[in-house]
Amino acid sequence: MHMDNKRKMLTGNAAAAWGARLAEVDYIPTYPITPQTEIIEKLVHWINNGEMDAKFVALESEHSMITAAGAANVTGVRVFTATSSQGLMYGFEMLYTVAGWRAPFVMVNVSRGLSAPITLEPDHNDILATRDTGFLQIHCETCQEILDSILIAYKLAEDERVLLPVIVNMDGFYLSFTREPVEIPDINEVRRFLPAYDSRHAFFRANQPLSQGVAVLGGSVYTYFKYQMHLASRNGLSVYKETAKEFGELFGRFYGVVEEFMMDNAEYVLIMTNSFSTIGKAAVKKARAKGLRIGLLRIRVIRPFPETDIQEVLRGKKAVAVLDQNISVGKGGILFSEIAGCMYNERERPSLLSFIGGLGGKNVSPQEFEFIFENLQKADKTGATSAPCLLYTREEWHGMENLKKIAGRNP
Amino acid sequence: MGNNVTKDVQFKRYLKLELLPTPWCPGCGNGIVLKTICQAFYEINFPLQGTVVISGIGCAGRSAGFFNLDSVHTTHGRAVPVAEGIKYANEKLNVVVVSGDGDLMGIGGNHLLHAIRRNTNITVICFANEIYGMTGGQVSPITPKGVKTLTTPEGNPDNPIDIQHLFVGNKSFFARTSAYHLSHMKKCIIAALQFNGFSFVEARTMCIVNYGRRLGYKNSNAMLNHYKETYKINDNAEELAPNEIGILKGNFQADEQLYQ
Ligand SMILES: Cc1ncc(C[n+]2csc(CCOP(=O)(O)OP(=O)(O)O)c2C)c(N)n1
Ligand code: SF4
Repeated sequence: MHMDNKRKMLTGNAAAAWGARLAEVDYIPTYPITPQTEIIEKLVHWINNGEMDAKFVALESEHSMITAAGAANVTGVRVFTATSSQGLMYGFEMLYTVAGWRAPFVMVNVSRGLSAPITLEPDHNDILATRDTGFLQIHCETCQEILDSILIAYKLAEDERVLLPVIVNMDGFYLSFTREPVEIPDINEVRRFLPAYDSRHAFFRANQPLSQGVAVLGGSVYTYFKYQMHLASRNGLSVYKETAKEFGELFGRFYGVVEEFMMDNAEYVLIMTNSFSTIGKAAVKKARAKGLRIGLLRIRVIRPFPETDIQEVLRGKKAVAVLDQNISVGKGGILFSEIAGCMYNERERPSLLSFIGGLGGKNVSPQEFEFIFENLQKADKTGATSAPCLLYTREEWHGMENLKKIAGRNP
Repeated sequence: MGNNVTKDVQFKRYLKLELLPTPWCPGCGNGIVLKTICQAFYEINFPLQGTVVISGIGCAGRSAGFFNLDSVHTTHGRAVPVAEGIKYANEKLNVVVVSGDGDLMGIGGNHLLHAIRRNTNITVICFANEIYGMTGGQVSPITPKGVKTLTTPEGNPDNPIDIQHLFVGNKSFFARTSAYHLSHMKKCIIAALQFNGFSFVEARTMCIVNYGRRLGYKNSNAMLNHYKETYKINDNAEELAPNEIGILKGNFQADEQLYQ
């Protein structure tokens, strides 16, 4: 059945480029940034070879790039772009704007910690900062998932019940530069799943004057449009499920809004996202072998937020730990707040613990996972849940103390 | 003679020697520009205290941290407004920006226009290698038309910015120089540092790894030779031809006696 499908060893970046290629996008505005650059280099290489028929433009910044993406998209063409971290932040203003235009394009974000200080390695402060913009968000754990999610994302974005842009997220380095076997679907099957973009939504045509982004002072019109976006995003949950089901039936790979790992008869749950979930799963497996009834819940679709699906999984559990790879300075973990918010009205709430780890790509070691698991059991026995707990090993602490001595100027 | 030897190493006081070597590729021209800036500092006795170096992001941007001076490594494109902020808050400081052509002319281009317009009294030294070196060799705003880069495999379809024209009709200072013409580069930098107003030095330099080699240059020496053969010095010019380096004529003339 999948005769023409081929398997290749691909990096996360290459898988993203394949996703755009198979979606037969028309226009790709770009600006390079580590660790995203390989995506756009692959695409322009294919275009130059004649393997892909699209217009590629190197712009002067992400602000112009995201603007161009939205503007081109509302003329009725399919658009792909990609960025990371500082780039996503630099284009931030336009994220709200193009979502308000209801431009259904797909953008990949390769997560990387934000300056200052400067780093190249991943955490999720970049992507989670954009959670209120109107973009839908799909977070990936594997290279295969990146390719597949891009195809699903186009169908989801372009659905008339949604009409919002989608960000597909992957971790820089851990996924962007890691090669994994990826099945590249046959283009004819992809076309069956994702036909050419046929924009019947408001878009610019020479013979039909139309205004985008008009000023609407006074509030009531503004409220109406914002709430329309919210409702459309909420529609995204059922449209996503429908779309992912169709994708699964065609290609044999199924992706829920959340992924449950070893959740059968689990008493404890660890919640994670993106590529670090893989090491989380390994830790959970090890703990299971020792008799701890624990499972891992990976949140894949973060906007729209899948409350009901999360509530169903967490209902009746003893204690739940959220491992945030981000820090909302002055508050704590962002996902923790979102999970806590969606559990508040539940009658039987599990204890909820907040851990922060993996900032700037810092490893989360097996010992740190064990520490989380111990705290889960403690919380169940004593009801003790602490403030957000930062994961940091003794060795890392000593290393930092040494660096502070070298820096010298501070006492 | 002995005097010269001392002078030869004195520039090192402007560098954090313990941080060397730099992270740059062997053959990169950035080291030449970095050294020449320090020599210029030394020659006019720039104070170690009271000088701030600011850079954006890129290979060139990494140079800020190597100066034995207060420095800020800002975000991509934002070096000029950071420098302006520092200068306006503390006029006594000498404020110098060191950054790449992509950073200064592309993502940060807008700031440059307005610093020229305001004639803010800072100096910008642009490591002009015609490419985004740090991200692996993508087209920059001054890559010549037709040149193949990673993002223009069929040749750059667009015209490069001719930086000098941004200065036409403004009071600011502009000079172009090259990594081959060491004494000229030093002269340009000194003139820029001493100029009372906004000054900009376009220092042509080579990115051998992510640019030169792809263009067919064997090594960075071949790129230096290319500068040697291409560029004629034309100081005090109304306008520089593409094959000329020099200091543009303008209101800076009044200060010319400062650097003889
Ligand atoms: C907002 C943002 N977008 C993209 C990048 C990625 N980036 C880092 S350096 C660079 C280009 C550097 O080129 P240039 O300024 O010419 O300096 P060079 O490396 O050639 O010295 C880019 C695009 C970034 N750091 N921040
Ligand atoms: S990539 Fe180019 S500019 Fe960057 S250090 Fe290497 S040679 Fe220099």
